[in-house]
Amino acid sequence: MSRRRHSDDSDDSDGQPHKRRRTSEPSEIEERLESLICRVGEKSNSSLESNLEGLAGVLEADLPNYKSKILRILCTVARLLPEKLTVYTTLVGLLNARNYNFGGEFVEAMIRQLKECLKVNMYNEAVHLVRFLSDLVNCHVIAAPSMVAMFENFVSVTQEEDVPQVRCDWYIFAFLSSLPWVGKELYEKKDAEMDRLLSQTESYLKRRQKIHVPMLQVWTADKPHPQEEYLDCLWSQIQKLKKDRWQERHILRPYLAFDSILCEALQHNLPPFTPPPHTEDSVYPMPRVIFRMFDYTDDPEGPVMPGSHSVERFVIEENLHCIIKSHWKERKTCAAQLLSYPGNNKIPLNYHIVEVIFAELFQLPSPPHIEVMYTTLLIELCKLQPGSLPQVLAQATEMLYMRLDTMNTTCVDRFINWFSHHLSNFQFRWSWEDWSDCLTQDLEKPKPKFVREVLEKCMRLSYHQRIIDIVPASFSVLSPANPVCIYKYGDESNRSLPGYTVALCLTIAIKNKASNDEIFSILKDVPNPNQDDDDDEGFTFNPLKIEVFVQTLLHLAAKSFSHSFSALAKFHEVFKTLAESDEGKLHVLRVVYEVWKNHPQMIAVLVDKMIRTQIVDCAAVANWIFSSELAHDFTRFYIWEILHSTIRKMNKHVLKIHKELEDTKARLARQHKRRDSDDDDRSSDREDGPLEEQIERLQEKVESAQSEQKNLFLVIFQRFIMLLTEHLVRCETGGIDVFTPWYKSCIERLQQIFLQHHQIIQQYMVTFENLLFTAELDHHILAVFQQFCTVQCTSKLFMFSLLCG
Amino acid sequence: MCSGGTLSILRSDSYVDLSQYRDQHFRGTRYDQERLLRKSCTLYVGNLSFYTTEEQIHELFGKSGDIKKIIMGLDKVKKTACGFCFVEYYARGDAENAMRYINGTRLDDRIIRTDWDAGFKEGRQYGRGRSGGQVRDEYRQDYDAGRGGYGKTVQCQRA
Repeated sequence: MSRRRHSDDSDDSDGQPHKRRRTSEPSEIEERLESLICRVGEKSNSSLESNLEGLAGVLEADLPNYKSKILRILCTVARLLPEKLTVYTTLVGLLNARNYNFGGEFVEAMIRQLKECLKVNMYNEAVHLVRFLSDLVNCHVIAAPSMVAMFENFVSVTQEEDVPQVRCDWYIFAFLSSLPWVGKELYEKKDAEMDRLLSQTESYLKRRQKIHVPMLQVWTADKPHPQEEYLDCLWSQIQKLKKDRWQERHILRPYLAFDSILCEALQHNLPPFTPPPHTEDSVYPMPRVIFRMFDYTDDPEGPVMPGSHSVERFVIEENLHCIIKSHWKERKTCAAQLLSYPGNNKIPLNYHIVEVIFAELFQLPSPPHIEVMYTTLLIELCKLQPGSLPQVLAQATEMLYMRLDTMNTTCVDRFINWFSHHLSNFQFRWSWEDWSDCLTQDLEKPKPKFVREVLEKCMRLSYHQRIIDIVPASFSVLSPANPVCIYKYGDESNRSLPGYTVALCLTIAIKNKASNDEIFSILKDVPNPNQDDDDDEGFTFNPLKIEVFVQTLLHLAAKSFSHSFSALAKFHEVFKTLAESDEGKLHVLRVVYEVWKNHPQMIAVLVDKMIRTQIVDCAAVANWIFSSELAHDFTRFYIWEILHSTIRKMNKHVLKIHKELEDTKARLARQHKRRDSDDDDRSSDREDGPLEEQIERLQEKVESAQSEQKNLFLVIFQRFIMLLTEHLVRCETGGIDVFTPWYKSCIERLQQIFLQHHQIIQQYMVTFENLLFTAELDHHILAVFQQFCTVQCTSKLFMFSLLCG
Repeated sequence: MCSGGTLSILRSDSYVDLSQYRDQHFRGTRYDQERLLRKSCTLYVGNLSFYTTEEQIHELFGKSGDIKKIIMGLDKVKKTACGFCFVEYYARGDAENAMRYINGTRLDDRIIRTDWDAGFKEGRQYGRGRSGGQVRDEYRQDYDAGRGGYGKTVQCQRA
């Protein structure tokens, strides 16, 4: 959209059309440059080489006027488009060959950008920059010895004392993960130095702690594919690469076509790079476990899948992950980009894509993106490759099902959510009979449990009869219950139950639009089974009152969620009064469960609403989940959804008040600033009064909220410890094996609490360490805490004890 | 330098962009309406089956975040579900994820469509078609078992 200075009508007196001068906005030039640079390497009628050559020419011509913009754009693509790394290093190589100074300035800009990324904890993007720099060696922009020198500084970080292991991990990762691109060149030029670096790396890898690994593995079994710690896997891949004399055949290297031009170019030396020191604010990436589900035996007809320790596997996986990271918001683009990954007739691309997507979906502690994105992405991929991708997906599903016995509980949750949602997009078509083996197993075993939970989720997305229709009759034992309400006062035959008449009375009153006061007066007649004489004035904890009221109201409002929410809102006052005490809150939850135990979804939304309207608090929900009444449902998925949702609400609440506090403080600061700049003697500190009061109030609110948050985790951990200890003692005295399906599920649920909410838990670590996770605890339970500490690498006390042996 | 910079191709978020539709009954200027749409946490959901329940909608849309409220669209005359609803989230980001990942997928075997809504107001839960349902069901020619069969005009013709 150019702005023309002269109008189209040339109304010159002499009739000659003037040359129209076109002036574009500077931002338009930048957009055009950015567009040209970003698009190179995309599908085109011309070859990549000729496009690169053309673009290099255009940019060279623009350098006099737009050098800083071009520098900025190139630095940004280096950081944000790592899947096109070699395209851009080639471009920089061509520019450097034409303009040595530009090459030098680019390298300097990259180093500045790298330092800044490390300072603000952008470690993932920093790796891309390091890799880019290393590939610039291949393009004759950077001299190999100076790259080796940088890597020497990286590896020497492993000699630092008193730093978190994850810091050293990152520098080793940045070094090793660049070698697929530049290993050959560096080894050719500086083999002795490289051998030394590799040997130092090896000794670091041998002595580093790997206690965190079990917590991050999707499967606990090593067969068919070991779930390796990411640095171990990368090390094996680099060792194999070295054994293969650094021959690497997968990476597309456009610069090879320009070798004659590039080798004439003068190279730059990287300035000496000192890794920025570790600070209190440094937050390094968490360690990972590499997810593998396929190998070359899974696609016998197609191209051979690179082995797990081949560097090709590493590069393919890195690039596919980068594509998802770039295009996660645009599902169609993402699917198209994944499917157009180069080399798709030499590698079983569909298998790689499915494996990478599941790797992200099952990643512990959390997937990089929201779970539903992966479901929709897989659907888009099926649409684009209807003849091949659905089969791979079905094969993957089958494999995941077969290995449920050793799959981490959190990952099973995600598998359940994904599979049921996926099926709902394909008319629930599935060959359920293939899974009849699960019918003969104990219902608590992983496979039948999985099928039950899937069918329940499928029902939530459709309706009960649909599920009955889609599964074979033999699966009825796993089919979900019809989600109907259970009203204990419903039948005439129940008239002997205490409270029955009051229930009838209440029903009529509510149907006649009674007010809260009328409800209170009806409830006054309910005797308290806990006491001899009821307290007329007060409303001390009376379980029968709660039972009669909640049962009746929920029954009347059973028609839909909206009806129930209206009921909660209308009679909020009654609820608040009846549930004033902790026992009251617990009992309300119990009654909700009794009424709606066939409809877990309804229980979940009611609990959510009751927390939000402060009828119950988060601690009450936690206590209720661990109560004996719920023991039967303890391992069911919906219970944990409720608990995690409760914790998240608590966390959001704390953040919200904290933000209010910060905003108010900022307002006060602005007020001060205005006053200082006004230099007005008449304005006084009195103006600060209301804001300062507000800040004090909010400060108290924050402290109280944080205290509630800490208490919630205390309750949860305490209850877990009690439950697990009971089980361990029972097993030990009875001489039975500790590792029952229940125990595995319970321990993994505890781990899940740590992993899902690690940032919050970290804040209260000292309390938890001192109060709960002491050395006296059974070692099975303590191990979970210790693993978490190494994943977090923050518990100084624990690290100290490790060092002391 | 690096924390700020990004690329326009990576900024693309087409599923979240406003559609062409503007509610003609909206009280206020186009500008007001678009401003509200851009910060709205409420989605209009269309092409539902008349039989799709609030529970199903809650389960599906809950996948992008916590739902504040669902308001079922009703036939103005019959006061029964007529194939649309509003879903309001607590957080804008959750609504955006619904636009990115739930829009254009299936619920009750039908491809549903979501769009930004300027915010629920009493009365907007009713269909605006002459017969009481949605306008689109007045004039359509096809047979749709999930939406009362033939369009209203066609039904009248056939009667």
